[in-house]
Amino acid sequence: MELHNDFRRMSVEEFDTTKLLAHASKQARDRGYHRFPIVDVDSHHYENESMPEILEYLDDPVLRQLATATARPNAKNARIMNTMVGYQDMGGRIPRYGLRSFEKTPAGQTQRDAALTKRWMDAVGVDVAVLFPTPMLALGVHPQVEVEIALSRAYNRWLCEKILAHEERLVSMLYLPFNDPDATYEFVKEFGDKKGVVGFLITSTRYRPVHANQYMKTYALLEEMGLPIAFHGSYHWHDQAQGMLNRFISVHALGFVWYNMIHLANWIINGLPERFPKLKVIWLESGLAWIPFMMQRFDNEYMMRTSEAPALKKLPSDYMREMYWATQPIEITDLGLLQETLRVINAETQLVYSSDYPHWDFDLPSTIYDLPFLSETAKRNILGGNAIRLFNLKLGAEKLAHVA
Amino acid sequence: MPEVFVEKVADFAEGDRRIVFHGGVEIGVFHWQGKFYAYENLCLHQGGPCCEGVIMNKVEDVLAPDRTWRGQRFSPDEAHFVCPWHGYEYDIKTGECVGNRKLRLKSFEVLRRGEELFVVTG
Repeated sequence: MELHNDFRRMSVEEFDTTKLLAHASKQARDRGYHRFPIVDVDSHHYENESMPEILEYLDDPVLRQLATATARPNAKNARIMNTMVGYQDMGGRIPRYGLRSFEKTPAGQTQRDAALTKRWMDAVGVDVAVLFPTPMLALGVHPQVEVEIALSRAYNRWLCEKILAHEERLVSMLYLPFNDPDATYEFVKEFGDKKGVVGFLITSTRYRPVHANQYMKTYALLEEMGLPIAFHGSYHWHDQAQGMLNRFISVHALGFVWYNMIHLANWIINGLPERFPKLKVIWLESGLAWIPFMMQRFDNEYMMRTSEAPALKKLPSDYMREMYWATQPIEITDLGLLQETLRVINAETQLVYSSDYPHWDFDLPSTIYDLPFLSETAKRNILGGNAIRLFNLKLGAEKLAHVA
Repeated sequence: MPEVFVEKVADFAEGDRRIVFHGGVEIGVFHWQGKFYAYENLCLHQGGPCCEGVIMNKVEDVLAPDRTWRGQRFSPDEAHFVCPWHGYEYDIKTGECVGNRKLRLKSFEVLRRGEELFVVTG
């Protein structure tokens, strides 16, 4: 079968994010996003396209040789990097996956990842974005813990030096090599005060319980430094349970919630909110529909099995209402259910907008701004105000995004 | 009724499309299996340029008479255009959103005047 691909009648060499998102820019103008700040707490870049640069930051010369043996390594052929089975591009239906590597950026100026990121931020109306990698979201299931540590440290150093040090609109919560509790602690000490580091990230797809005693020193340090900890959902088709699912839609729909459900259960039932009452906890890329499920499920069982969670001084849902929840991928399929979900999580103070751009299921700010049951104040809090307070961002009155 | 020029018929190849603009509205015009179809280029999901994505035939499951699954194939009859933002698929002949056919893109009449094509935007 012949496949037609003439997106906006652009040749491959002409692919441009600003043109792709022209309708998003119109939304930004029509809705007056210039009147208030928008912060995106979960966006991505493709660090695999900068892999040769990142690998230069590997300290271990043997590992560096293993990783750079190919002529031009990227995440898929760097040999030391694990990859995931999956079809995020929907078999070519999402053209930017294939075309983005052809997109032109100004030579010799801004780092390419930063230039591309700011391009979509401007198109959408986002002032500040929290930036995360893409293939490295799978590092938590790398079979070699030492490689997870080495690669994530190289990435963190590269991100801090090449991007965060130079970009006022880009910040990040840095990757923690959670499979090694000591390295996790050392990462917080090493990177916690770097410019643009607004917290730390646990990629949730892994098999380490968050309540293990070895992590307490890290949580204490984060609490002391006033830096949030975030859990980012992902999938893992090699997981035995997910291996029973035969389509990527199923693996994605369940996988991105599954590991966060486990970490959230452990976090609450083991009383970590009581042990670290000032530590801010954020849940990323699991959508919102799972939250009322977890609240109801655990409140119901806690009332019967209170003795199994003796550290708790209130209902599990009460602790959840003190956490922060990123919006994407927001399930706008039943407005009544969504309204109730936002009500039970105290969305006006606890919900933070996230786009996940440029991934296939990204959400525009209009997914929040157009909700008919939110006040203007609530919309602005969710789109920016809550994140500004959460990360203690110093934004001036001037809108940083330059919508075309 | 306002009419907007699309293209000369001779220059509008089978399987091709055009995006025309009128009064702030974008309209995607498709030439498909000898006929012309026109829809608003505004995805019902988040407002993406749905008429500008790839055209791909419908994917179908192949079931045996005993209702066992035997694989998948592309439909020989039904083609979809796919919003490049998130993948919402639309039936090229009806403008229906194939995930929920209660949803349908706004459609426009396509007129042929001699060797030229127009969409009626009123």
